[in-house]
Amino acid sequence: MAHGAGGKASRRLIDGLFVPLLYGATPPALGDAAFVDVGGGRVALTTDSFVVTPLEFPGGSIGELAVNGTVNDLAVAGASAVALVVSFVLEAGLRSAVLEREVRAMAGAARRAGVAIVGGDTKVVEHGKADQMYIATTGVGRRIPGLELGADRVRPGDRILVSGPIGDHGITILLARGELDLEACLRSDTRSVLPFVLALADAVPAGIRWMRDPTRGGVATTLNELALDSGVAIQLHEDRLPVRPEVRGACELLGLDPLHIANEGQFLAVVAPACADAALAALRAVPGGEGASLIGEIREAPAAAVLVTTGYGGTRIVDMLVGDPLPRIC
Amino acid sequence: MRFVDEYREPELVTRAAEEIRRLADPGRHYRLMEVCGGHTHAIYRFGLKDILPENIELIHGPGCPVCVLPMGRIDDGLAIGERENVIFAAFGDMMRVPGARGSPLERKASGMDVRIVYSPTDALKLARMHPDRHVMFFAIGFETTAPSTALTLKRARDEGITNFSVFCNHVTIIPAIRAILDSPDMRIDAFIGPGHVSTVIGCRPYEWIARVEGRPIVVSGFEPVDMLQSIVMLLRQLRSGTATVENQYTRVVPWEGNRAALAAMAEVFELRPFFEWRGLGFISQSALRIRDAYAAWDAERVFAIPGVRVTDPKAAQCGEVLKGVLKPHQCKLFGRECTPERPVGALMVSSEGSCAAYYNYEHRKTAAARVAQPVGA
Repeated sequence: MAHGAGGKASRRLIDGLFVPLLYGATPPALGDAAFVDVGGGRVALTTDSFVVTPLEFPGGSIGELAVNGTVNDLAVAGASAVALVVSFVLEAGLRSAVLEREVRAMAGAARRAGVAIVGGDTKVVEHGKADQMYIATTGVGRRIPGLELGADRVRPGDRILVSGPIGDHGITILLARGELDLEACLRSDTRSVLPFVLALADAVPAGIRWMRDPTRGGVATTLNELALDSGVAIQLHEDRLPVRPEVRGACELLGLDPLHIANEGQFLAVVAPACADAALAALRAVPGGEGASLIGEIREAPAAAVLVTTGYGGTRIVDMLVGDPLPRIC
Repeated sequence: MRFVDEYREPELVTRAAEEIRRLADPGRHYRLMEVCGGHTHAIYRFGLKDILPENIELIHGPGCPVCVLPMGRIDDGLAIGERENVIFAAFGDMMRVPGARGSPLERKASGMDVRIVYSPTDALKLARMHPDRHVMFFAIGFETTAPSTALTLKRARDEGITNFSVFCNHVTIIPAIRAILDSPDMRIDAFIGPGHVSTVIGCRPYEWIARVEGRPIVVSGFEPVDMLQSIVMLLRQLRSGTATVENQYTRVVPWEGNRAALAAMAEVFELRPFFEWRGLGFISQSALRIRDAYAAWDAERVFAIPGVRVTDPKAAQCGEVLKGVLKPHQCKLFGRECTPERPVGALMVSSEGSCAAYYNYEHRKTAAARVAQPVGA
């Protein structure tokens, strides 16, 4: 099933099955988190499940991903995480040391992100019915004051900002699987992006139109979703995309596009043109945000498309990822 | 990145593009065929069409091994994969290619043991790791990948590994070019010659194209500067009325090819009397099979294969697109029944296939331009 890889198939599953059957006739705005009224206050709510092989990789592990992923989904929806609950699905025979390591990793990530883990559940399934361990986390968050986000707020002329180098996580995982005889000094970028979102909200609250973290399917898929939701065109500039040489090298070798590779500690923001420089400066001022970059802008046409301009004026369309990225050999 | 960035230098690209504009006769229409799928991919990826004058038409050739493989061969390979205890190993390129009953990826989802490998030696490694299973490597590719398959077979024999076999679908480039030139509906002015294939076979095998057929051919690298420089070299030849083989990709391609690779191929493979190509039909002496000395590792002899023949879906016009008679978007199925997600023809599968490349990088751009044009313009 290609439905989990974050590309077109995932989108079809959501639009064609989940929304009509679970929500009802009127499709809600699909964001990384939902806002619900609870006792007169508005609370952000999101959930995510984490499945990764290997469990541990340079720069992180499944436990850290499980905390940061949910904190980030809340952050890019404009909310700071308050509390998480966690579900474990464990394969019988999993070593207790591995479980302990991951629980410790979760505790560390929660502490760094400033969020409490307040509840959880554990299920054990027969050996062979799961791949070591799966973790699901659900988080509630408090709205960050002053932020009004939505694909419908995006206008031609707006600028697109990315918080740092892209593709680190996906390529790290690919190499950590050990199936390729390739080595690189790369680490997953998994981290909480909340400090960056807060810095942005502080600097240019009214100028932020939309945010999203480009996880599975990468920057290309996330921006294609924005283009579809808002009907605008998105123009990226290849020479402004922050990509580490190691990631570029691996992508060149394997015939992959860094724009399709997953990230776990970056986010994209669309900001009003007048605020773009201030927004960039605010991101770069946060430790770990030095690699932030303005990578493109919103245009009117061609509708609902993402284009990349190469360094010499040629352009190409960048589509959503179809299935998992497969390396080209022959 | 060294060896890459210097061939993507915007200034060099601009200069080469200017040279092309200077050399191209505005009164003439040029039809240049890039033989290799890697070139097709590069043309779209770097947006090269946008910087070429309109009277230079690039026609995508038959050099994408996934695209020219007839569907029956995929079904034959999958029939072996279906057997108990067999691991089906193939390059990522093959994984989404549709067979009559689904692609390798779809069959994997329904329980077949399908593994993506990055080299044939990785498939042999799998065989060593699973001595109780049989690993079948589904080999595809032109002379680019054939030597590594040959070396893997030699190693399997040397090490006496018996739970390993190769389902050989290797093809050779020269007969395909000949078939294109022999096709009556074909008018090609010159060729951008394949880069990777030529690292193995060298430049000599192309000499007849220049001498007998009178068509210039320039063996080209894959970066923007390479490709534009090759077009400059072709235009110079066309302008002066000469036809020779030139090598633009000298940093990688030796004129005589790679003798060690050719020797390994010659030891392990022999020519098949004929082989079916998708879109081009049967071409004599256009593919490789495994020699008798390696019969114990030849999946076609180890297993009884059904020998499936599947005609391509009628409505799909893969053949015409493959020969460059039609542009991808002129096919009746393009972008409707046939998309990279649900490919009908193989040209839509591989990112080197002209349909997939066109779909991914170009077609919405073109569609938008068409909409923007007033009716009757």
